[in-house]
Amino acid sequence: MPPRLCSLCNDARAILKRPKTGQQICKECFFWVFETEVHSTITEAQLFKPGDRVAIGASGGKDSTVLAHVMKTLNDRYQYGLELFLLSIDEGITGYRDDSLETVKRNQQQYGMPLKILSYDELYGWTMDAIVSQIGKKNNCTFCGVFRRQALDRGAASLHVDHIVTGHNADDIAETVLMNIMRGDIARLGRCTLICTQGEDTIRRSKPFKYAYEKEIVMYAYFKKLDYFSTECIYSPDAYRGHARAFLKDLEAARPSVIIDIIHSGETFEVKEEVKATQKAQQTCKRCGYMSSNELCKACTLLEGLERGMATAAITERARKKLDAEGPALESIRTIPFFQQSPEAHSTDAPKPPT
Amino acid sequence: MATSSTTSKQISIKVEFGGGLELLFDNQRSHRVPVPSYVSTTGKKSLKDDADVAEGKGRPVDVAYLILWLRDNLLKERAELFVENETVRPGILVLVNDTDWELEGEGEYQLKGGDEIVFISTLHGG
Ligand SMILES: [Zn+2]
Ligand SMILES: [Zn+2]
Repeated sequence: MPPRLCSLCNDARAILKRPKTGQQICKECFFWVFETEVHSTITEAQLFKPGDRVAIGASGGKDSTVLAHVMKTLNDRYQYGLELFLLSIDEGITGYRDDSLETVKRNQQQYGMPLKILSYDELYGWTMDAIVSQIGKKNNCTFCGVFRRQALDRGAASLHVDHIVTGHNADDIAETVLMNIMRGDIARLGRCTLICTQGEDTIRRSKPFKYAYEKEIVMYAYFKKLDYFSTECIYSPDAYRGHARAFLKDLEAARPSVIIDIIHSGETFEVKEEVKATQKAQQTCKRCGYMSSNELCKACTLLEGLERGMATAAITERARKKLDAEGPALESIRTIPFFQQSPEAHSTDAPKPPT
Repeated sequence: MATSSTTSKQISIKVEFGGGLELLFDNQRSHRVPVPSYVSTTGKKSLKDDADVAEGKGRPVDVAYLILWLRDNLLKERAELFVENETVRPGILVLVNDTDWELEGEGEYQLKGGDEIVFISTLHGG
């Protein structure tokens, strides 16, 4: 078979078939189009302004490793004028997170970005290892998800950043659209395709890889020889997401554009006002000051359950009633330090998407 | 497992695993594997006993064969994470000498001695 030429430069040998377009392109053109498309995503959504302090949520995995590389490249090439930081959450999972944090530490050296690591242990007094040894492997992803979200916000606040960018890619978003449809979670369906989200009191979060295919992210890391960490979490992975993912990959094999098509479907869903209204108004957690839709935020509720040896309290209604019946929390239980967002971290001119 | 010495009826292929796939292969990323130059033309579930080839018939060895050979000879655990419907599971990227296998005929690519085949999982967390 004669070598196929790149369909963009007609000069070099093609090394990749783009899933989005079916084009066959060479290595240099691939780097260029990949980076340029992320740049367009960023500029079209007006994600940043000069002088912004931006934290890259860095797990050491493929997506955030490539994101850190591309953010640095684009910031230099197009003079975004951003101050970039790496922000990692240490969940306290021996043999998993401690290894992936080594990757993040190498990224810190390679890209010359300051790194902040915030651990569940220092914030909540519990590592995931300790949580799993108390509650088992069944609901631990609930704890991890709630704790990570708040930890990221708090880490960002301590860095005084305006913005967190995460490595969520097109495949992840398409997967989330499918999951929200299958669960009937229409309110979330309306939000999950937004490139940028901001709650009342949280830091802006964006997904510059919203339109980047996983295949291209992995190929980019491979051809750039970026080193990343790739081991599944040792505690039960999200089985439901796993099914959605396998289903999506099967669809993609038959029709590669399906990823973008699903995102597009998610974007064009009209969510009725009364469905949006079922979301509770946001308030501030009376115990820790974090934004919450109840008196106590989810993290405080989960933590109280752990501290009182009734970890399922926040997960099942029955267990919560049992906990309430035992009376109010003792003064002695461990709580999360009060959340104080720095004033400069509030960009008041930021557009607020509907929440 | 076959011996690593390359006879005239075998070719030696360099195989690499990444993105977490190496965990299924004894946590080793790089392997050099001998495969027969000619293999059975009939699809078989397992390739361990290949009578046709012993008789000298068959097709030139290709990537489709290599995938099943790796499953039967090198893989240590959870075969379903590597092979599905007699090819790699969707979500595993394959490169033939550093080129996307989708440009090289995928499973039909005919292997030559010294070829380097890379398998990368995209299914592990980001
Ligand atoms: Zn080119
Ligand atoms: Zn709270």
